[in-house]
Amino acid sequence: MAKRIDVSGLSAFYGTHKAIDDISMTVEPRSVTAFIGPSGCGKSTFLRTLNRMHEVTPGGRVEGKVLLDDENLYGAGVDPVAVRRTVGMVFQRPNPFPTMSIFDNVAAGLRLNGSFKKSELAEIVERSLKGANLWNEVKDRLNKPGSGLSGGQQQRLCIARAIAVEPEVLLMDEPCSALDPISTLAIEDLIGELKERFTIVIVTHNMQQAARVSDRTAFFNLSAVGRPGKLVEIDDTDRIFSNPSVQATEDYISGRFG
Amino acid sequence: MASTTPTQIDQAPPVSKSARSTGRAGDKIFAGLSKGSGILLLVIMASIAIFLTYRASIALSKNEGNFLTTFDWNASATPPVFGIAVLLFGTVISSIIAMAIAVPIAVGIALFISHYAPRKLAAPLAYVVDLLAAVPSIIYGIWGALFLVPQLAGLNLWLDEYMGWTYVFDKTQAGVARSLFTVGILLAIMILPIVTSVSREVFLQVPRMNEEAALALGATRWEVIRMSVLPFGRSGVISASMLGLGRALGETMAVATVLSPSFLINGHILDPGGGTFAQNIAAKFDEANEFGRDALIASGLVLFLLTLLVNGAARLIIARRKDFSGANA
Repeated sequence: MAKRIDVSGLSAFYGTHKAIDDISMTVEPRSVTAFIGPSGCGKSTFLRTLNRMHEVTPGGRVEGKVLLDDENLYGAGVDPVAVRRTVGMVFQRPNPFPTMSIFDNVAAGLRLNGSFKKSELAEIVERSLKGANLWNEVKDRLNKPGSGLSGGQQQRLCIARAIAVEPEVLLMDEPCSALDPISTLAIEDLIGELKERFTIVIVTHNMQQAARVSDRTAFFNLSAVGRPGKLVEIDDTDRIFSNPSVQATEDYISGRFG
Repeated sequence: MASTTPTQIDQAPPVSKSARSTGRAGDKIFAGLSKGSGILLLVIMASIAIFLTYRASIALSKNEGNFLTTFDWNASATPPVFGIAVLLFGTVISSIIAMAIAVPIAVGIALFISHYAPRKLAAPLAYVVDLLAAVPSIIYGIWGALFLVPQLAGLNLWLDEYMGWTYVFDKTQAGVARSLFTVGILLAIMILPIVTSVSREVFLQVPRMNEEAALALGATRWEVIRMSVLPFGRSGVISASMLGLGRALGETMAVATVLSPSFLINGHILDPGGGTFAQNIAAKFDEANEFGRDALIASGLVLFLLTLLVNGAARLIIARRKDFSGANA
């Protein structure tokens, strides 16, 4: 569990439009890496290339390499479905399966991966919900629909669903942008706990959030609207927010643009 | 989710006086029109029900046979003896066959159009399916009688030979396939377009984020459909099927053209014979006297009630799992 991600020379396209250009970076295992940058800079697109979700968008195409430890996710013969079972994802808007109960939502990924005994399943669901700090709030209504929870609870349900299958990496695409401050705090605390077990990559628009939760921060930018996004720099979060090596980073974090 | 809250509505800037007054007149006209349409619908339904009940009661009061169990239709005899047993059986059986064939195929076509077919193929295919709905039912009837009936001889033989042990597919009478089974197949083709297009629309409504949730867990395309698309579309498919069933129950000309009617209940669905409500009315209405027509209207009333019953049952099925429908997501 928890593997290193090693990206080299990665570009992503929507049809003929190049969305991100030639990105290389390393993400250490058991750490939180935050992606920040202005809208349209390609940070979400880049995140979605890390579990091969980018290519499910019509016209989506990727060039370059993503190594998970030593295995290239874009190597010949690699099944994208298998990749997504190893690299979990949490989305911007909480998206529990509306037709499933809370229990079934958490068990959904497990049921895809194979058959489990009922007791085993119940155990993993409980462990995952505890891992997502949701167990105490839902343990008496596991058979109720997941869509009946509050937004913050739904998002933690989605995190429980993602960690239930014990992924190597957890990708989070602006997981708190649809949530109120208290729910956001709950998710941020949770991220701090989850990094003991998983490699976490989080896209965020909120620079304070990046500063609070991440060990490393990557700043993305684009030279003009319609131009591909680029990685400007990646460094320890402390350095990015106190003494970045590129002027554009400092301009962005100090609020001079973006 | 993040919908407009009441406070935001309260804070809306005041509308200028002239805009408000025209808005009010428009509001009133529109509210009146939609209320009127709603009332009109109820009036039409009520007048149909009253008409059917009144005329039916005249016939039923003079009927010497048991209306529900008699296997005969002699409304012009003295004393008149008629019953709906055969018609009810034929209507229900042919509709069940039609649904059993049409719904799975329609869901398959709808999924293919919405989730599998390349965009260039999906649009023309959807158009062709919709075109099927524009064929008048008498054309289906003629096609059924002249083409489908002879073509089904082989299938009937095969079913009789290998599935005959099921009783249902045991063909006990010789003769061409003017049977409830053939009617069922024909009805299936006729209801296919409506079930397909409504299902397709519902499948296209599945929120992208629900499908991505399944994809991100490592679901294959079929698993995405099973986890996200089908559960979300479930109530829509049921509604679509009910629309199709309504058409199958009431279909008249196609059935009347294909079926060779008889007043027997025969569980061997490959045997010729049987009848349906609508087919029986069409066949007898012209020659019936005033009383005979009342008797036929009584059978029409039963069809009306049957449709109400089926629709009510479908609503119950949908309502039972409302919390899980996805409508509150």
